[in-house]
This record gives sequence, C-alpha cells and structure tokens, in this order.
Amino acid sequence: MSRLYTQDHEWIEVAGGSATVGITDYAQGQLGDVVFVDLPDAGRQVTKGGEAAVVESVKAASDVYAPVSGTVTESNPALTDDPSLVNSAPEGDGWFFRLTLSDASELDGLMDKAAYDAFVASL
Amino acid sequence: MADDADLKTLPLDGLHRRLGARMVPFAGYAMPIQYEGIIAEHNWTRQKAGLFDVSHMGQLLVEGPDGAAVADWLESLAPGDFKALQPHRVRYSLLLADNGGVLDDLMVTNTGRRFYLVVNGATKHDDIAHMEARRPAGITLHHMDDHALLALQGPAAVTVMSRFDLVPETADQPAFADLKFMAGARYRWNGMLLGITRSGYTGEDGYEISVPAAEAEALAEALLAHDEVRPIGLGARDSLRLEAGLPLYGHDLTPDITPVEADLSFAISKRRKAEGGFPGAARVLDQLFNGAARKRVGLAIDGRMPAREGATVWTGDRQVGVVTSGGFAPSLNAPIAMAYVETPLAGDGTALEIDVRGKRIAATVVPMPFKAKNYVREGDRK
Repeated sequence: MSRLYTQDHEWIEVAGGSATVGITDYAQGQLGDVVFVDLPDAGRQVTKGGEAAVVESVKAASDVYAPVSGTVTESNPALTDDPSLVNSAPEGDGWFFRLTLSDASELDGLMDKAAYDAFVASL
Repeated sequence: MADDADLKTLPLDGLHRRLGARMVPFAGYAMPIQYEGIIAEHNWTRQKAGLFDVSHMGQLLVEGPDGAAVADWLESLAPGDFKALQPHRVRYSLLLADNGGVLDDLMVTNTGRRFYLVVNGATKHDDIAHMEARRPAGITLHHMDDHALLALQGPAAVTVMSRFDLVPETADQPAFADLKFMAGARYRWNGMLLGITRSGYTGEDGYEISVPAAEAEALAEALLAHDEVRPIGLGARDSLRLEAGLPLYGHDLTPDITPVEADLSFAISKRRKAEGGFPGAARVLDQLFNGAARKRVGLAIDGRMPAREGATVWTGDRQVGVVTSGGFAPSLNAPIAMAYVETPLAGDGTALEIDVRGKRIAATVVPMPFKAKNYVREGDRK
C-alpha cells in the first residue's frame, strides 16, 4: 500500500488494482468548514484530472479531481451524515470514494508524501 | 500571487494577521475571510458579540448651507424622505440610476449638522463620481478615507459597549444609553472621537463605529479585550446577512434591478411614493402600484446541498428565475438562498426546483429573514 498526492491536493491510497481517494489536510484547511460533499455514484467512469466530486464549504463549491482514471466502486456513506469528517479526518475517515484503476501507469506522475509536503511548503 | 501586490491594505491589516486571519482580496483590499472558522464565528456572533473590520466601505460626509439643502440634494439621488430624517437617526436607502436601477445601497445618518453616508466598498469610487457629477454648488462631499469602520454585532454588543465611558461630543447628542436601533451620534472615548450608529448587517443588535484610522487598532484591541468579543471575518458576515435576508450589493442588487423587484419598497418613503422626484421614479412607482415582473425571494432548500449564485430556478421544464446568493445557514443547519423569480411564483410556500450541476433540488419560497432578527426598532411591537 502506498499513498500518493496530486498538485490539486487530492490523495490516493493504492492497494492492488483499487484505490481510495480523498483530499489532503492542507486542502480542508483552505476550504474551511465543509457542509456537503457531492460524491460520485458507484459505476461512474472518472478520468485523470477530470471532475469527480464537489466539496461544499460554507462559502463556496470546489471541484475535486480524479487523481487517476477508473471506475468508482463506492463513495463514503459517512460523509452524507457528517460532512465535517472532511475537516476532522481528511486523510482517514473523511475519504471520498474508491475506484478500480484503469491504467496503473497514471500513478507515475504523482507525488509521494515528502514531495507533496515540499510542494505545500512552497505555496 | 501576482494580484496581491495590487491590493490595498486596511488600517487593521497587521492586527488581522496577528490574530491568525486568512486574508483574501475583496473590493480591492486584503481582507480577513475567517479566523477560527466561518461556522464558529457565525455562531459566536449570534450568541455573544463579533468584531468586524468593514473599513473597506466608503464613509462620506455631505455638508451644505443647511440641513434642508443637503436633504433636498440627497432626495434627488435616492428615494428616502431625508427632509423628515430627524437628527441622530439612520435610514437605509438606495442610490438609483436614472432608469430606477440600484447603483448602491447605503446607510444615511443625519448627524444634526450634516449627513453621514456609508456605501459599499466595491462601489464607493463609482458612487462618489456619480454624486460629484450631480453635486450642486454650495454642497460639499467629503470621502472620509482617513477613517476605519468597525462593527460590533451580537446580543452582547450593547453590554460590551456600555462598559466604555462614551461621552457625547456635544450636549445636543443623545447619551449612549439612549441610542436606539437605527440611531447614531458622536462620542469621545479615551481621546478618540467616534461616530457610532446602532445598526448592522447581521440581523443582530449592535453598532458600527467610525474611528480615525490611526486609532482603529487601539479601539479594536480595547473591544477584543472583552471576553464576549471575538474577531469575525467576511465569511461569517456573508452567512449572517444571508440568514437575515439582507441583500448583498453586486449580487442581489445590481443596476439591472429596481427597488421594487428587490422587495425593498420600504426604502421608498411614503412621501416619495406620493411625490416621486427621485431617479427612475416613473418606472419604480409604476412597478410599485402595478407590480413588477420579478421579485427577490428567500428559498429554503431541501436536503443538504447548497445552491450558489447563478444556479437557475425552475418549475417543470421552464426556467423562472436565478439564484443571486446562496449558501449554508449555520443557525438553521440547512442551505438557503435568495433568488429572483417571476412574481406569480414569488408567494410564500411556492414549490420550485433549483438546478445544481445538472441535479434538480426542491426549494420552497419562504419569508425573509430566514432567522428572526434579534433587535428592536423604535415602533416595533414586541
């Protein structure tokens, strides 16, 4: 298992041919209080860099992009009841959705934790 | 970011940063969007008292040979009855274009000697140009750009301000304890001269305080020293005013919208309804007496998904309106919105739909304010 990051502040945890996706602690801090997450339904095809979910803070709606292409298998039901999990546990219980990867080579361009932390520090 | 270099800073910029604010560009200034978080700040203001820096807003002083001459001129710009505005009283009004469209909304205070206006930050330079172009000889218009403006809002605001030893500037001005909602006067405190109105933009009781820029930080620190007071950013200011049903200029009010369409006919004083004589009076009064095609309404939204500005409003397959402000209402724990809809569909209880990213969500027209106001105007029945 390994966790990788995008420049759009999504994380992806890969296990075999499937992966879990969420947004980073930095991202939730920038968004502020999350009040709703518009999640993709199971079966939806997502494309690397394409819109996959929308996270609504008090102030604004923000797109969340798919770190890799694939087919959504499940979205996080806990976020429906408690969207603030995105703020309190962004890289844990506040995960957004799971997918099966259509092209594992798309992972190659993503950052590891050290690279992402350096990227955030440069912002 | 490159744009940040063009941003002007406000007198309290250093204080905001020390308090941990996240600063964002707004109306050409770097301004605090939030400190600890919008929901916490929103709730604090509803329960205690929030301190807002609204120094981006335009503070204008209008003077003339006498109050009647100034009132006359203001009545040529806006539909208020300024001749009947008593000294130390405040009125909400609207700066109107010749076609009756809203150029800005503003607060007008009769200080006893002159008129003090507070206009929106994003429109203040256009407002000044508009007024200068119409200013008769003998009237002066002064932009108080050497003053900051603070707002203290919430149920504890009166208690906190009452602890300050505020001395009326002159004997003809009301004692601070006698300052009612929508009244204002000048007070001396700690060597400062403060222009205080009991008013606000949150649906709560409270004050707006005009203070010389050089003294603004000392005043803000003195207010924040009270346990009931916390700093509140623009994010909560927006959610508070939305719950209070108060329109935001540039969003719910624009030059394409008239006061009647905006459901702000209360700002057209009774005498002005009879006499007209304000910009766009023919069109505005026709709408007032015969109805306008569209109207600003409040929408309660089913479920949890907010509808934002620009979302379209539908009945069946027909678009009947558009959302102009929308978001999450912390006090109601639900999404709410303001929209302009066709007048036959503007009645309370009307079921409508909003298109959000291709999904239809159910919404119902409801009276505003969404959250009951928490102040008493003179003449209100309790």
